[in-house]
Amino acid sequence: MSQSTSTLTARLAVLVRPGRSRALAGFGLAAVLLLAVAPVLLSPFRLGLLGKFLCLAMVAVGIGLAWGRGGLLTLGQGVYFGLGAYLMAMHLKLADAGPGGVPDFMMLYGTGEVPGWWEPLRSPVVALALVVLVPAALAAVLGWAVFTRRVRGAYFAILSQALAAAFAILLIGQQQTTGGTNGLNGFRSFFGYDLADPVNQRMLYLVAAGVLLVMVVVARQLMTSRFGEVLVAVRDQEDRVRFLGYDPAAVKTAVYVVAAVMAAVGGALFVPIVGIISPADVGVVPSIGFLVGVAIGGRATLLGPVLGSIAVSWAQTTMSEQFPSGWIYLQGALFIVVVAFLPGGLASLVTTWRRRRPAREDEPGTPATPDAAAAPDAADLLPEGSRA
Amino acid sequence: MTTPEIDLAAADALLGDDTARFRHDYLEVRGLRVEFGGFVAVRDVDLTVTQGDLRFLIGPNGAGKTTLIDAVTGLVRAAAGSARFGGAELLGRATHRVARTGVGRTFQTASVFEELTVLQNLDIAAGARRGPATMLRRRRATPEAVEQAMETVGLAALRDVPAGVLAHGQKQWLEIGMLLVQDAHLLLLDEPVAGMTQAEREETGELLRRVGSQRVVVVVEHDMEFLRSYADSVTVMHQGRVLAEGTVAEVQRDPAVVEVYLGAPTGAAEPGTATMTEGRA
Repeated sequence: MSQSTSTLTARLAVLVRPGRSRALAGFGLAAVLLLAVAPVLLSPFRLGLLGKFLCLAMVAVGIGLAWGRGGLLTLGQGVYFGLGAYLMAMHLKLADAGPGGVPDFMMLYGTGEVPGWWEPLRSPVVALALVVLVPAALAAVLGWAVFTRRVRGAYFAILSQALAAAFAILLIGQQQTTGGTNGLNGFRSFFGYDLADPVNQRMLYLVAAGVLLVMVVVARQLMTSRFGEVLVAVRDQEDRVRFLGYDPAAVKTAVYVVAAVMAAVGGALFVPIVGIISPADVGVVPSIGFLVGVAIGGRATLLGPVLGSIAVSWAQTTMSEQFPSGWIYLQGALFIVVVAFLPGGLASLVTTWRRRRPAREDEPGTPATPDAAAAPDAADLLPEGSRA
Repeated sequence: MTTPEIDLAAADALLGDDTARFRHDYLEVRGLRVEFGGFVAVRDVDLTVTQGDLRFLIGPNGAGKTTLIDAVTGLVRAAAGSARFGGAELLGRATHRVARTGVGRTFQTASVFEELTVLQNLDIAAGARRGPATMLRRRRATPEAVEQAMETVGLAALRDVPAGVLAHGQKQWLEIGMLLVQDAHLLLLDEPVAGMTQAEREETGELLRRVGSQRVVVVVEHDMEFLRSYADSVTVMHQGRVLAEGTVAEVQRDPAVVEVYLGAPTGAAEPGTATMTEGRA
């Protein structure tokens, strides 16, 4: 009987593991910091910068899912970030031009007429819908085509990167309709709100913070769901999953679409906060830049990609202010060091530290039977987020 | 860590007593041919395995045993022939569709999801037919079949342990457990007892016998003693063809089998005596 009681205790200990409450507490703390503390402490300029970092972190959340959990090394998220950003920017330009108006740059470089494929973006509702639907559709078609042909690993990475390069080149080549190298800029209002007004800038920051928090919740749900478990299974043993009756291409396409939508939403919010989107923000270099923060933070964890991305963006800004040319070398060196010596990212340090701590500390009152101790210990071997 | 043991009572509960459901299941392979760039790995293979007949597939290295399984499960493309199970043609289907018709297999090297726990491994195996709504939620309770499978393969106490830290034999049991929760009606096992201790072999053998009485089971195996103890019937393959088929005793008497295994064209004593009487007789 005592045997079964102790197993029961072990199971209960797993159910009420501190992981759940700790995650809630962490989420609450992050929400307070982002939504209440930062707007008070930071100057409008710094708050705008943080807002920009949060938009980039949205891309990172998606990469964390697709790469960290799904094993898809997406070197071309700039495409989806750019699609979201350009669609939003086109709407803002049209809105600034007024009903039937022509955006300023088209008067300069173009025919002075709005091309037909721009017209639907005059409607704010259509614009918002397209920001999500266009990247989702592209990712679905592309993902399905690539994954059913079993393109994976480095080949997928190269393919996605080539896509980012092609996208940037396409944008540059179409100066009359996309603004070319200059990109789209000089937005005056955002859905009727004056972008020069600091109150509206703060509102935009709060929207970005809220959206990022929602994305983290979505990512956590996906990671802890059964889908998240199958995703890890596909990452580690794609063929084995196939023999269990799952189609890995469907699983991968699904996570690729989610990552694309997250990147696109990040791009769409980036535009009004930063005030410009250009090919330099969406090509190969920024696409790799998205990845660096994710790798440094810890790609398979829930918060690693977000924190890593924000930290790298912040470091980039600070370092660039001090040593304008030095940052790029530091970024490269940091990337190499992390990949070579800490493949799990900085988050793996936290896991190691937690595992070294005495297990008893977390559950006072739990009988120290081997059974009760064994289960939580073993669960700690798993990456963050895969625990229930 | 306690020594896990196969629990046959749990296996019975998991397999159910609805034997009528599987009574008419059989695997029927006809004229199967597999080529790899001009090399014919399997040629003109006919194979019929019925429910309740624990079939062992043996033969020297390169005989085409694993290739046969690969072809049936859609991993390699067959050049000609057919493989039918439960009235459905398996050849030409995508692997995951073959699996959904009730065909499950294991691999020579135990391939489990090492970073996932025992429970997660089994739950994934049980869930290929889950809809999106179930997939997007977390697992609240352990499905009954998963619970029974954990009991069956003696891993219930290790449910929250990552599969990667399991002992070799435990991983192979986990794979068998995955086949059981997958509700495979045709089980193709590639060297399920390789690397196991004698005690583990015996437990595995008993479990396979129990499963084989209800489902269609084909076991590829090199271990002659294991074969002699548990096989109902044997198919011997050599150089891509079926060389002999029958009960263990019949196959042992077959001169062609003796030649392949001993390399001598004589009827020298009992075939395979050297290997077959090793260990316990």
